[in-house]
Amino acid sequence: MSKDMLAAIKENVIQGRKTQDDIGIDDSLAGTPGVVELTQQAVESKMSPQQIVTEGLTAGMQVVGEKFSTKEYFIPDMLASAEAVGAAMDILKPVLEAASVETKGKFAIATVKGDIHDIGKNIVAILVKGAGYEVHDLGIDVPTERVVEFVNEEKPHYLGLSALLTTTMIEMGVVISALEENKLRSGVKVLIGGAAVSQEFAQEIGADAYCVDAFEAVRVLDGYKKASQVA
Amino acid sequence: MPRNGILVSRPYERLHKEQVELIHRASMQILTDPGLLSFNREAVDILASHGAVVKSVSGAHESWHVTMSEELVLKALKTAPKTVTLGARNPDNALVMKGDEPTVYLITGSETNIWLDVDFPTYVNEADPTRKRRVPEFKPRRGTVDDLCRAAHVCEHLEMVDGYIRTVNIQDRDITEQNKDVNKFFASLNNNTKHFMSGLTSIKQLDNVVRMAELIAGGKQELEANPIISFITCLVKSPLQFVDDTTATFIELCRRGLPVAVSSSPQAGTSAPIKEAGIMAQINAEVLAGITLGQLVRPGTPLLYGSVPVRARMDTLNDSYGAVETSQYNIDCAQMARFYGIPNYSTAGVCDTKIPGQQSSVERLFSDIVVAMAGPQYLHCAFGLLDCNSVFCLLQAVLDDAHFKMIKFFLRQPRIDQAEIDAVLKQIREVVATPQKMYIGHIRPVLRSGEISGVYPFEGSGETDDVFELAYQRMNELLAKPVQHIDEKTTARIFEEVPGILPRLNVHERRD
Repeated sequence: MSKDMLAAIKENVIQGRKTQDDIGIDDSLAGTPGVVELTQQAVESKMSPQQIVTEGLTAGMQVVGEKFSTKEYFIPDMLASAEAVGAAMDILKPVLEAASVETKGKFAIATVKGDIHDIGKNIVAILVKGAGYEVHDLGIDVPTERVVEFVNEEKPHYLGLSALLTTTMIEMGVVISALEENKLRSGVKVLIGGAAVSQEFAQEIGADAYCVDAFEAVRVLDGYKKASQVA
Repeated sequence: MPRNGILVSRPYERLHKEQVELIHRASMQILTDPGLLSFNREAVDILASHGAVVKSVSGAHESWHVTMSEELVLKALKTAPKTVTLGARNPDNALVMKGDEPTVYLITGSETNIWLDVDFPTYVNEADPTRKRRVPEFKPRRGTVDDLCRAAHVCEHLEMVDGYIRTVNIQDRDITEQNKDVNKFFASLNNNTKHFMSGLTSIKQLDNVVRMAELIAGGKQELEANPIISFITCLVKSPLQFVDDTTATFIELCRRGLPVAVSSSPQAGTSAPIKEAGIMAQINAEVLAGITLGQLVRPGTPLLYGSVPVRARMDTLNDSYGAVETSQYNIDCAQMARFYGIPNYSTAGVCDTKIPGQQSSVERLFSDIVVAMAGPQYLHCAFGLLDCNSVFCLLQAVLDDAHFKMIKFFLRQPRIDQAEIDAVLKQIREVVATPQKMYIGHIRPVLRSGEISGVYPFEGSGETDDVFELAYQRMNELLAKPVQHIDEKTTARIFEEVPGILPRLNVHERRD
C-alpha cells in the first residue's frame, strides 16, 4: 500500500500535478488525486515523512531533472513539478519538525532595492523549494535594512539576491557590506543572480556564488549542503 | 486527402489595384507592339489559326513575328483551369492549387550541375595544439544519378517539402541525352512519393517518361486522375521569344493534357528593363503568351503561371537571386497570377553565395519569408540551392526545412475570437490576483499542442555554433530512414517497357 502511495506521489511529481484539478503532461491521471492530496493521505496514514520525501517527492524530481536535461521537459514542466513538491513540503513541514527531521536548509531570497523585476526570483524560489529547501521570499524592491533584519532574526543558511538592472545590481554589494557591518556575513552564504550580473561581479562584491539560472542555484545549494554534511 | 499547404489569408501585395491594371494593359500592348518572335513554326500556325497576326522574319534562323490581340489572350485565359491538381505516388501527397486561394506549397528545385559535399576536418590551433576544432568544408563536384536519388530520399523525409523538382543534373558517364530523362524521372520517383516536376531534356523521351508514370500510377486513366508528374518548360526566352525546341515540347505536353508550368525568367537589366514596371509588364506578357498558346493547343490543359524573374548583379551581370528586387518581382507575379485566377509557380530562397553560411541564410530566409507571404501556390523555394541555381547542397536543404518550419508557423492564422478573449481575460484576472503574478502555469496546456513554436533545431550547446554539424547529423539520420520504393513488380515492368534506365537503379535486383 505504502509502495503504491509513494509510486503515485512520484508519478504525480513527474506529471507536475499539484492537485487533482491539474491535468499533467497527458490526461491519463485526470481527476485522480495529485501530489497535495496524496501527500495528505500519506501523512494521515502515518507513513514515514522521510520516505515520502526521498522515495516520492525527490525520486519524482530526479526523473523530472533527467527529462529536462534530455529536452523532453521544459521549464514550465519543471516548475509545475517543483510547485507540487513545494506544496507537499508545506504539508510535511510540521510532521518533519515533530520527527526532528531537518529540512535541507533555510533559503531567503529578495529582489534588491530599486528593482521590481521578479520573474527570475520567483522561478528560483519555486525550484529551490521544490528541491526541499525552506524558502522565504522577501519580495521585490526590498530595502537593505529589511534583508539585514531578516537574516538577523531568522538566521537563514542561504540568501539569494536578484537584480535585472545594471543600475540596481550595485545594491547587492550594499547588502553584503551591511551584513558584514552587522556581523552576520559569516552565518549566511550569499548567492546572486540576474541578467546584469556575472561571476566577475560576484567576486568583486564578495558574494559566495553567482548562479546563471535557477538550476544553477539548486546545484550550488546542494553543493553547500553536501559539503556541510561531509564536514 | 491532399497535403495541407500554408493558407495565407491576408497575402502581402505590393501593387494597388490600379497598378495591377496598368501592368495588365502594358502586357497587352506589348503582345501587339512589339509582339513576339517565334522560332517554332507549329506555335506560329496554331496562333495564326486563332487570329494572331504572323509574319515571316528574314535572318539566319527561321522565325516569325507574332502579335496577338487582347481578345485572343482573354479567350485563352477563360479556358485555363483555375484549379490545378498535381498528384503523387502517395495520393496523400497530392497538391490542389486554386488560382484565387493563396495557399502555399513548398517545392524543391531547380536542376543544378554542381553537387556540394560537406566534410568536417579537424583543425589544430597553431599556438595551442591542444585546441582543436572541426570546421565544415564544402567540396563541389559534378552531380550524378546517385546524388539525385539521395536528394529525393532526403526530401521525402523533409517535413516541409510538399513536392519535388529534380535538384541536380545527372552527369554520369553512362548518362546520355537519350537516357537522361528516364533516369532522372525514375531516380526521383523511386525515392520520393511526393509530386514530381521536371523539365524534359529530349522530347523523344516523352513517351517513355509518360509510360513510366502510367505504370506507377496504375494506368493511363489513373495517371490522368492522379498526375504524379508534371513538367516545367521555359518556352519563352526573354525578351519575348518562343524558343524552337522547348516550345515544341510545350505544345506536345499540352496536347496530352499534362500539367505544365509555363515559365519565364527574364533578368532585369539585361533581358528585361531594370525598372520594376518594365520587367513586370514584360514577364506578364511572356507568361500570358505561353498560357495562350497552351490553351489554344488544348483548352483546359492545366497550366501554372510560372514566374522566375531576377535582377542582374551589377558587378557580373549574372542573376542575382539575393537581390531584394528579385523578391519584389516574385511577389508582384504572385499578385498578377491571382488577378488572372491561375495558380502561380513562384521562386524564392535561391541565394547568390556559393556555400552554406551566413550570407546564404540571410538571402534565402529573406526571400523565403516575403515571397511566401505573397501567397504563391507552388513556391519553388530552392531547398538546398546555392550560387544562383548552380549548386545543390543536401545539408542546405536540411537547414532550409528548419527555416520553413518557422515560416509556416509565422503564417498561421491568428486565433482571436470571443471564446479565446473570454478565456484569456479569466486567466489574466486569476494570475494578477496571485502573489507571484506569473503565467507560466498556464503554458503547460498548450506546451505540446503545437501552439508554441519550437527551438531552432540545430542550436548548439554553450557558445559554439554547431549548426552545420547538427544539420549534418540530421541529414544522415534522414538518409538512414527507409523510403517507400516503387514495388518490385512495377519496377520490373518499368525496366521491361521503358528502355535506358540504368540497371543499378533497380533496388530490388540490387538486393538480390
